[in-house]
Amino acid sequence: MSTMAVEDVAVAPVDEGFWTRTRKVGSVLVGLGLVGAVLFGSLATGEQARFTLSEDSAGAALSIHGTLGAVLFGLVAVATGAAMLVGLPKRWFTLVLGVGLVGFVLSFLCWQISDAQPGQNFMPLVNIVRGTFILALPLIFGALAGVLCERSGVVNVAIEGQLLMGAFSGALFGSISGSVWVGLVAAALGGAFISLLLAVFAIRYLVDQVVMGIVLNLLAVGVTGFLYERLMQTDAARYNSAPRFSNWEIPLLSDIPLLGPALFRGNIFLYLGLLLVLVLHIALFRTRWGLRTRSVGEHPTAADTLGVKVLRVRYRNVLLAGVVAGIGGASYTLALYSFTKNMIGGKGFIALAALIFGRWSPTGALLAALFFGFADQLGTYLGAINSIIPSQFLAMLPYLATILAVAGLVGRVRAPAADGKPYIKG
Amino acid sequence: MSNAVPPSGSPDKEPATETPAARTALGTTGSAEPATTPGSPEPPRRPSLGQAFLENLWAANTFTVTLLSLFLAMVVGAVLMIVSDPEVVATYSYFTARPGDALQASWALVSDAYANMFRGAVFDPGAVGFQAAMSPISETLTYTAPLVFTGLSVALAFRGGLFNIGAQGQATMGVILAALAGFLLPLPPGLHLAVAVLAGALGGAIWGFIPGILKARTGAHEVINTIMLNYIAMYFLTWLIVQNGVQDPNRTDAISRPVDASAQLPRLFGDTLRAHSGIILAVLATWAVAWLLNRSTLGFELRAVGANPDAARTAGISVTRTYVLIMVFAGVLAGLGGSTMVLGSTATALTPLIVAQIGFDGILVALLGRVKPWGVALAALLFGALQAGGNRMQSYAGISLELGTVLQALIVIFIAAPALVKAIFQLRAARAARLQTSLAKGW
Repeated sequence: MSTMAVEDVAVAPVDEGFWTRTRKVGSVLVGLGLVGAVLFGSLATGEQARFTLSEDSAGAALSIHGTLGAVLFGLVAVATGAAMLVGLPKRWFTLVLGVGLVGFVLSFLCWQISDAQPGQNFMPLVNIVRGTFILALPLIFGALAGVLCERSGVVNVAIEGQLLMGAFSGALFGSISGSVWVGLVAAALGGAFISLLLAVFAIRYLVDQVVMGIVLNLLAVGVTGFLYERLMQTDAARYNSAPRFSNWEIPLLSDIPLLGPALFRGNIFLYLGLLLVLVLHIALFRTRWGLRTRSVGEHPTAADTLGVKVLRVRYRNVLLAGVVAGIGGASYTLALYSFTKNMIGGKGFIALAALIFGRWSPTGALLAALFFGFADQLGTYLGAINSIIPSQFLAMLPYLATILAVAGLVGRVRAPAADGKPYIKG
Repeated sequence: MSNAVPPSGSPDKEPATETPAARTALGTTGSAEPATTPGSPEPPRRPSLGQAFLENLWAANTFTVTLLSLFLAMVVGAVLMIVSDPEVVATYSYFTARPGDALQASWALVSDAYANMFRGAVFDPGAVGFQAAMSPISETLTYTAPLVFTGLSVALAFRGGLFNIGAQGQATMGVILAALAGFLLPLPPGLHLAVAVLAGALGGAIWGFIPGILKARTGAHEVINTIMLNYIAMYFLTWLIVQNGVQDPNRTDAISRPVDASAQLPRLFGDTLRAHSGIILAVLATWAVAWLLNRSTLGFELRAVGANPDAARTAGISVTRTYVLIMVFAGVLAGLGGSTMVLGSTATALTPLIVAQIGFDGILVALLGRVKPWGVALAALLFGALQAGGNRMQSYAGISLELGTVLQALIVIFIAAPALVKAIFQLRAARAARLQTSLAKGW
């Protein structure tokens, strides 16, 4: 039995001997750094790579000689990797890893910017930061919806459908009523509607939660697409011209260089999303509700024994998740665009990836969403400067990163223990 | 772990033994009697066949639940049609005064839509001549063929305990390799087609192997990985189309060179009708999967692993090897589905949207077919009919094609929760009912 089990166990191998996880990551970093220093360094030109602190080429800027920058930042990555190989205290691991990766990205950017056409050798950081947050916003809401659901043990693959339904009902009822606030409430209810279906079928009828999520996504695509063609296309002025939230400038904070114009001149959704991360983080790890949610997600039987109403907690959390995701969908239709068919276009699945990559925690989800948003924004930027890097490969990045993460190559991720398992009392 | 198994019945993993009438006949009347009494000339269950049929008709067996789910879905679809039509909604404002108006307008709208769906999918009474009469069936079969493959792909993995959401990505890779083989390789006619079809299978196999090996080696959950691989394949396709040598030199938009005529699947009913021999391949594949699952050693191992991996491991079955093989086979099937898309009559060149939704629809098809090969084939036929009918409904009745998607999703929602359908229609519990389609498992 034991010999067979050793050969056949389908779990990640334990770190053994010299090649601990830190050393493996370190060697990868060294490799990346060498690519940066040698390859990017040789491809970069002698132009200055300028990172301007504004929306265009004007104003203050950090600039560095292209080749020098590529080599230098590549060497930073090599150095952090080497530090990991030699061995370093565990609490520094994340920090050093972050520095190494940033070094690699900067090396890459130095090459790209210096290699751009003359006159375009600059990167407007305000645009990049703002774009990152705008692109990350639906991911943040979606991933938080996932956190709410999955921490209580209900797999939420229906994020895409919740976002889409939120975007649709926000646009529809916002247009009919002419009020952004009615639209916002309707969007929350639209997301909650998909959640309600998920909750009833997953909790009451014990349908497999992944199956239900997939089917609900298709249902949301179908229903919104159908009503879009029937109502919004025939009478766009009446049904698809929702009012939009204007941008609110926060005094003082908006004067901070770089972050001010990028972050504190946004719309309500940006503030709401960031606030929600904070609130959820505190609620999940510091309140009674959070403890109950987590216990229901990890070990429902034990929670039930202690008097926690498992199914009630799950119903409540799944519905809340729908509200959050619905508002996330409205961040499209009540702030940026009018509704179009299937406008979420896979963002819900990137949100799912952010949730997993962020290890089922609100702050982790925020960081992952920002990372994915940055990759997205970088693709747009590189397209604008006619880079030879195809934007499609940058678009693949979130998905690749998630595969590496769940395969245990970049740290191990572990879902809540009872995630996806229906609870039957008795 | 105490709550892993739902009490309402274990997941349905048995081979198809659904002959409800006969089975319930045994169950209702013959259970107390010794079942095999060769001496008695008159077994007590003589009058039961017709009776049992009627009795079973309103019991919660697979067939009745499927039919009622279809009915429920169409009712919801009708409601959607009515509320989204301003003119019909207007008649409801004076419903209490003249209810006839509202009912008549609603009936006219809904019946016209569904009648057109039927005419587009099955038979058009107004059609003149063989070609026109066969046209709906031909359309239905054209849409059915790829769905059979992706449905089988999902069903096969399901039986082995894996949830293959990656049929979409596997089909995408299949489409890519089949098309590349179709317009890059200069081969003689018969061989070219075979190579192109198999190239599609290879593409799917590669895309199935990745989550399989990751699951086996690291325990990474296949649901997450297959979702991610779907999008990677999609972006790869959009990148590949615009590359030199792939993009159509005469076009500026994202479309590839067309597949050579020698690599296209021959049509079945002449050149004007779109039905092609992909449907024959699909039937063969269904037969092959049924044989593989129910008659082969590998199929036995696969089902054993699906039922209980720990027990299978204890019995000496290599679970890791089986996982990899399941995903490779699932990928082959989905890749063949991709082949039929690009080598058939649906399209002859790569475009970003060529794969449509066949992978995701395959999940629905597999669930509707109760993850049994022949059931999957029938479910694919129904979905193909819905798509073909949806096209006609859109052009003749002006009802958006999306209604088909809504109906498909709703049917599967009702199928997935037989308890709900049972409650709505007050069905009797079927004795042989094992309607739990779901495998309850987490990430």
